[in-house]
Amino acid sequence: MSLPTRTFTITRADLAAYAAASGDHNPIHQDETVARSVGLPGVIAHGMYTMALAARAVSEWFPGAEVVSLGCKFTNPVVVPAEGGVDIEVAGEAEAGDGVTTVRLTVTCAGQKVLGMPKAVVRA
Amino acid sequence: MPVDPSLVGRVFPPTRPYAVTEEHVRSFVAAIGGAYDGGPAPATYPIVLAFEAMNAFLETEAIELHRIVHGEQRFSYERPVVPGDVLVATLTVSGLRQIAGNDIIGTTSEVTDETGALVCSTSATLVHRAADA
Repeated sequence: MSLPTRTFTITRADLAAYAAASGDHNPIHQDETVARSVGLPGVIAHGMYTMALAARAVSEWFPGAEVVSLGCKFTNPVVVPAEGGVDIEVAGEAEAGDGVTTVRLTVTCAGQKVLGMPKAVVRA
Repeated sequence: MPVDPSLVGRVFPPTRPYAVTEEHVRSFVAAIGGAYDGGPAPATYPIVLAFEAMNAFLETEAIELHRIVHGEQRFSYERPVVPGDVLVATLTVSGLRQIAGNDIIGTTSEVTDETGALVCSTSATLVHRAADA
């Protein structure tokens, strides 16, 4: 079953708020110069930020459902511009199993997949 | 400088006990653009504990955080985290290999509550980018 695609916007201000809340103050998520110095194309979102958006979509599709497992690879960086923001699309396919539902996600930024095989299993 | 290969299998000391508050869960949810209305913390919330454990590991090994890029993260939950929980994370280095001059570091962190019960187990792959990258 296809789930309704959700779109979220990430801004630099979101990354600053996420750094404060998560404790992840890696400067590659704040500082263009540091990001480029380690070969990145610019300031990138925390992988965990994008993963949190994927989890948010799952929690909106299955309100109140307990999450059994959640995982992904971080395959492409999400570059967040200094002005404005960048859109992330989260699509999902749900498959009901034995007491749990497996949600295979597709998370894209400008049409490119940014997470590798993101998957959540929920008790729903 | 490559990461010391004898690290594999090493278990680091548990993080300081962390008391989960509604206020902190609310700020975590707000940072990802949501609105917290009570109940369990988001599924990725245990990264707060796992990240602290990772930081302690990086500091011990003198690895610079800005050279770390996240490769993979997996969570397996026994139960959701809720405000009022007092949690610690214990990190084990599960693997280490080199690809194209980068260190690929595997870690597993077990998040446990005050009773010692497992709340969530989470594994991370960290890519330590070579100095000349």
